[in-house]
Amino acid sequence: MSEKKDVVLEVDNLRIDIPVSAGLLHPVRGISFDVSRGETLCIVGESGCGKSLTSLAIMGLLPKNADRQADRLNFLGKDIRDFDERQMAKLRGVKMGMIFQEPMTSLNPSYTIGNQLEEVYLRHMSSNRLEARERAIFLLDKVGISSAGSRLGQYPHQLSGGLRQRVMIAMALMCGPDLIIADEPTTALDVTIQAQILHLLAELQSDFDMAMVLITHDLGIVARVADKVQVMYAGRTVEEGNCEAVFDKPLHPYTSGLLRCIPVPGKTQPGEKLGTVPGVVPNLVGDLNGCMFRNRCEFATDECKELAETPTVLENGHAYTCRLKPDEMEPSTGGRL
Amino acid sequence: MLAYTLKRIVVAFLILLVVSGLTFSLSHLSADPALTIAGEQASDEDIEAVRKLYGFDRPVIEQYVNWLSRALQGDFGKSYHYKAPVVEMISGRIGTTMTLGFLAIVFALVISIPLGTLAAMRPNSIIDRFALLIAVFGQALPTFWFALMMIILFGVWFRWLPISGNTTWAHFVMPTIALGYYATPALMRLTRAGMIEVLSSDYIRTAKAKGLSPVSVLFKHALRNAIIPVVALAAVWFGFMLGGSIVIETIFNLKGIGWLSYDALLRSDLPVVQAIVLIFASFYVILTLLSDLLNAYLDPRISVR
Ligand SMILES: Nc1ncnc2c1ncn2[C@@H]1O[C@H](COP(=O)(O)OP(=O)(O)OP(=O)(O)O)[C@@H](O)[C@H]1O
Ligand SMILES: [Mg+2]
Repeated sequence: MSEKKDVVLEVDNLRIDIPVSAGLLHPVRGISFDVSRGETLCIVGESGCGKSLTSLAIMGLLPKNADRQADRLNFLGKDIRDFDERQMAKLRGVKMGMIFQEPMTSLNPSYTIGNQLEEVYLRHMSSNRLEARERAIFLLDKVGISSAGSRLGQYPHQLSGGLRQRVMIAMALMCGPDLIIADEPTTALDVTIQAQILHLLAELQSDFDMAMVLITHDLGIVARVADKVQVMYAGRTVEEGNCEAVFDKPLHPYTSGLLRCIPVPGKTQPGEKLGTVPGVVPNLVGDLNGCMFRNRCEFATDECKELAETPTVLENGHAYTCRLKPDEMEPSTGGRL
Repeated sequence: MLAYTLKRIVVAFLILLVVSGLTFSLSHLSADPALTIAGEQASDEDIEAVRKLYGFDRPVIEQYVNWLSRALQGDFGKSYHYKAPVVEMISGRIGTTMTLGFLAIVFALVISIPLGTLAAMRPNSIIDRFALLIAVFGQALPTFWFALMMIILFGVWFRWLPISGNTTWAHFVMPTIALGYYATPALMRLTRAGMIEVLSSDYIRTAKAKGLSPVSVLFKHALRNAIIPVVALAAVWFGFMLGGSIVIETIFNLKGIGWLSYDALLRSDLPVVQAIVLIFASFYVILTLLSDLLNAYLDPRISVR
């Protein structure tokens, strides 16, 4: 990591409310982070904890009925909280690119790969078809698609899921963005392809010197690519810090539970039972007080119902939100990576 | 795409063959054609002579083959009543019917696509309600009643438009609206439903994430996909309209094919009826074929299935 940080995105106390039939849903309740050029931030957490909404909020692509609030939302030094559709459209695709969870349905079935790649370049860079085409071929090549030139004329349905996700990555990189957000880019792909795509992303991130927000619920991936980790639970950050710090010594019971769920090469015996985090994510409608993880937490006491969720910050920046002192969690539940 | 096209053409051809057989045999199931031609007061010998003359005494298969081979060469025989070649009677009138059908489907599309799109962009808004209202009216009002109301309003009270005949373009205005309005509800609802689905699709989200202009998101990425089923339905409706123009042509005294078939049915004018049914059925099959091919072109995934 470079000594002098060039912060690309700063998010402070991001909140999202969505009116639903049962009341007001609070799927994201105070998320803060920042990412700098050349840095990878991984956001982890199980399904429904608000990861996708957080990334859509940054892109300004939340559903119309969702209400976004933040104490700060700075992108390349500019406050984008009050940006309108037109201003946001000038950032999306050029300065910030996004890769989605569903490669099978994220490309338009009616247009060729080439058309969809060139289109974003033509929209944002004052250039002609020929240059756009060259750029598309260059990037398809970059993302490891062979005979790129002839691929341009193919339709999405002619490509496998892995190839489509490579195309999506190429598309997000067409205009050389400063920030790339990848929302579970490999969830829909099979395991061997997953690793390839993630390596590719990590490689491109340093090649293009971008800031990257990688959303995933696979901690194995995080360990390999992240500089910083942010663990989300029920719309909140429960733990954050440098990748090594969090993996060496998880301080929140949820994080340590998650770490127990992944097999460790060389340590996990064949047939050994992996851990699970029992229970389900709580309902996020209405007034929410206390620690949201308490129903599933083996350390929970009555105190946890009232506890204000202020994080404890250690000197290396490693922070967590739990009443336990750093050494109170049993050592046996610590991370093993 | 080529294999798909060929397959579709072969299927269309088989359908036409079946249709021609049905057309021929249905008309022979009705009253004895020799009786109709000879008239009520004819003697048995007269009827027998007519039967010989027209070949009704030959085996049915032979009659069918003869009829079909002549029909393929454009010879549908002579009208029993007018004694004029059927082909001439039809060719003189088909232009009017085609013009009406074409104008009507264009009218229906021009109303339903923009309205359906606007409704889809803002579900439950005023525009959506208005579109729904139009659709409900279109479905509830009988065509002939709607046509008569227009005649009373614009033809009789305001005297803005001619109410009968087909000599000028003005004559086509009311028939076009009456016939086109009939197809509007179905086309509009399909546009709206398709658009709502497409607008919430992942690739529209991608298009927005690429920072494309709203115009490009809506027209390039959304409408093209939403409109595929609408095109198919419009082709089917065009076929319906050619057939369904019987009522409209009769009301407005537009002397097209619809008017002719009404007249021929009243007179049991068999060759005319057969020819019209066969021509319209062929037309319908060809339209469906063209709409399938157009769909395959618009949606490249179709030809793979
Ligand atoms: N448009 C919406 N209307 C109502 N609720 C929504 C909407 N979008 C998301 N939610 C809810 O908000 C919560 C967070 O959703 P989000 O998509 O951010 O989860 P996620 O962390 O990305 O999960 P996953 O890993 O499954 O993608 C979920 O409980 C979801 O049901
Ligand atoms: Mg998600």
